[in-house]
Amino acid sequence: MDAKERIARRVAQELKEGYVVNLGIGLPTLVPRFLPKDVHITLQSENGFLGMGALDGEPRPGEVNAGGQPCGLVPGAAVFDSVTSFALIRGGHVDVTVLGGLQVDEDGNLANWMVPGKMIPGMGGAMDLLAGAKKVIVAMEHCTKTGEPRLLERCDLPLTAKGRVSLVVTELAVFGISHGEFVLRELAPGVDLETLRQKTGARFLVSDSLSEMAAAL
Amino acid sequence: MNKLMDWDDVGPLFRDGMSIMVGGFFAVGTPGGIVSLLARQGTCELTLIGNDTASPTTGVGPLISSGQVSKVIVSHIGTNPVTGRKMMDGEMEVELVPQGTLAERIRCGGSGLGGVLTPTGVGTVVEEGKTKLAVGGREYLLELPLRADVAILKARKADRAGNLVYERAARNFNPVMAFAADLVIAEVDELVETGCIDPDDVMTPAALVDRIVVSRKEA
Repeated sequence: MDAKERIARRVAQELKEGYVVNLGIGLPTLVPRFLPKDVHITLQSENGFLGMGALDGEPRPGEVNAGGQPCGLVPGAAVFDSVTSFALIRGGHVDVTVLGGLQVDEDGNLANWMVPGKMIPGMGGAMDLLAGAKKVIVAMEHCTKTGEPRLLERCDLPLTAKGRVSLVVTELAVFGISHGEFVLRELAPGVDLETLRQKTGARFLVSDSLSEMAAAL
Repeated sequence: MNKLMDWDDVGPLFRDGMSIMVGGFFAVGTPGGIVSLLARQGTCELTLIGNDTASPTTGVGPLISSGQVSKVIVSHIGTNPVTGRKMMDGEMEVELVPQGTLAERIRCGGSGLGGVLTPTGVGTVVEEGKTKLAVGGREYLLELPLRADVAILKARKADRAGNLVYERAARNFNPVMAFAADLVIAEVDELVETGCIDPDDVMTPAALVDRIVVSRKEA
């Protein structure tokens, strides 16, 4: 199991029975495969679904996810337009959104939509999801490809939203964010505190109930 | 009133310099026949308003590749590298708008509202130059209405009166755009007689639709 799958597996444990969940493209889309069998969630997709499912059989016209890939709809699914979709998102009707990140800082700020001069894909629905989802989980690899920390005192990339992230899951650790501080809650097996400090660009508190990052489903 | 058009009569409805709202989300729900027609007839200096710029060969992408577009107002350009290159080179203006804000701005433009207050974008570059208001202790940005000269929509089915039914995620921005343009043209896969769509099933009421054209397979 690679780093991304380990991150997705841990994020899946945050999702509770009955939650309405919106998953960003990329790593977050791996999360449903790690859900415990007794946990049923409803996937919201910003292109117009509640009750998105995996593709089952041949692709059908108009049944695509927010990344444009063919998907399915579960029994009981609903289809709607973009205004309704973002009323659901902004209006607090989505329990959890799981998004990828470029940088997260100790004030719960997230940067994930552009790198000035290099990459400007646009924010799509990410800013609305951050503004409106009840809980925002960032799922990302702990460092960049060149080894730079992504958890920082202050994001230096343009923000996607201010102060909305409450949980960060990486392949090395799980951090909560509260009152302007990262709080280490779980460490992955085989990772020590000193290594984690070297790879993290911000000070962090260690929770009294620090535990090993759960591996079992 | 006969809203049904032959393809030959669609082209003259467009002029250089127009603003056009285009339904679709990564080309799903984009009227491909009308986009192809615009590409063939070379209508230029267009301002396009829509969710994204799809890819160089899908959705509105061909119009961007051919240089017919001077500005886009969209939420996402990451799937079309040509858009990014033209933006960097200063050949085309790109206004990036959060997707939910884009939907609401179009809704305002089509429903007689002077703007909307949204928390989306507070504390980011999106708030630059905008009025910020606090309501109930939370900060909001005032986002202003968007309208266009023409909206081009894609529906699965229309009746002759112009009532529209969309298919799955191809609905997206189409219904709200039907309110927000001076001329609304729907490209449809299937045309049925008036009365053949149950009123409960109508997604865009006929009064909003000015013209109907039936998709050609080869378009």
